[in-house]
Amino acid sequence: MKPQSCVNINKEWDIVGARQLGRDIAKKMGFGTVDQARIATAISELARNIYLYAEEGQICFEVIDNLPQRGMRMIAVDTGPGIKDIGQVMQDGFSTSGGLGAGLPGVKRLMDEFDLQSEASKGTRINAVKWLR
Amino acid sequence: MDQKFKRIAVENSDAIVQMWVEEINSLKDGNYTATISDELFESTNREFVNVIFTSITNQGSSKAVEDFSEKIINLGWPLSYITDGLQVFRRVTVDYILSQSSKVDSEFFSNVLESVDAWVEPLIRQLVNEYSGSWEHIVSLQRVALQELSAPLIPVMDKITIMPLIGTIDTERAKLIMENLLEGVIKHNSEVVLMDITGVPVVDTMVAHHIIQAAEAVRLIGSTCILVGIRPEIAQTIVNLGIDLGKFPTKSTLKKGFTSALEITNRKVVDLEKKAENIEKMIDSLQGE
Repeated sequence: MKPQSCVNINKEWDIVGARQLGRDIAKKMGFGTVDQARIATAISELARNIYLYAEEGQICFEVIDNLPQRGMRMIAVDTGPGIKDIGQVMQDGFSTSGGLGAGLPGVKRLMDEFDLQSEASKGTRINAVKWLR
Repeated sequence: MDQKFKRIAVENSDAIVQMWVEEINSLKDGNYTATISDELFESTNREFVNVIFTSITNQGSSKAVEDFSEKIINLGWPLSYITDGLQVFRRVTVDYILSQSSKVDSEFFSNVLESVDAWVEPLIRQLVNEYSGSWEHIVSLQRVALQELSAPLIPVMDKITIMPLIGTIDTERAKLIMENLLEGVIKHNSEVVLMDITGVPVVDTMVAHHIIQAAEAVRLIGSTCILVGIRPEIAQTIVNLGIDLGKFPTKSTLKKGFTSALEITNRKVVDLEKKAENIEKMIDSLQGE
């Protein structure tokens, strides 16, 4: 496993930075344009969640290179308020900020693996993987 | 004490300048200023060292410094030229004063350092401030320029308006898009607005949400909003995200969107030449009879 590269999320334009870094990594690994768009969108959602709800956090990218499978892992970590009801946020259409409520369930569908851990008032950690096919 | 050092420095300015120029020239090779012609480099160095000495002899007068920094900024030279130059000057001057003094103890040494620092530091501060001020000015100008570009509205023909969007959409820009869209629809009396997202790299839920809201607002004031320029990969991610864009028409390209905009406004594009040819043929056939 290669070392991580991380982006801190503090302001809205950091979302763009994270997205660009993620897209670059995906492009270098050989993901197609559709998967690149999926990865970039997923990063955008996770980064925006950090910016909107936790105010600051970090998104890290990892290249998984253990044959026969290659893939890209992204880890979004924050120390924000946490998620009270994980079942609820994974439902389509649930949003506390007047948005579309498609963010987290959308990320789950965009990526191949998705894991969410959260503890109230401690923070949230999301781990998502896209495999290279 | 300070006056004494100052006198030493000013009286021996030629020697100090000599040492300074040598050091600066050695920095030049393989450095940021490598592409600058020797002539310009020398004349600027001379001016720089003159500015330093003027500021030492009559402290407070900063007009010369201002003019000089403006010149360097206009030339586009890096800030490191100024900081390097002043650091070198500090080192050279301290060395020189120490070499001219017979008795050097630690107290004397710290006195020399203190005075020379006091000459150089205000200069560094002022020059760096002017530099960063000019950067900040450029950044703020560019921000204004970007804002003007961020949500343009083009009335292409009667009743049809196009808003081409290029680049990332953030919250501020999304607000501008909505405002310009509604204002423009009223102002140009458009029946159809084409929102082109060919140049938008990522459509996530927030961007989609803003687009939906804008389209809905356009519908409320009695016009139709057609979303065009949806690339295949964007279409797939929108479906994956589970976003419903079914409330308003969407098209893959601006061209297709424009055609359906013409249909909505009951018009179509007709090839003039063909028409003229047909008329000529008709006339010919009539003459033939």
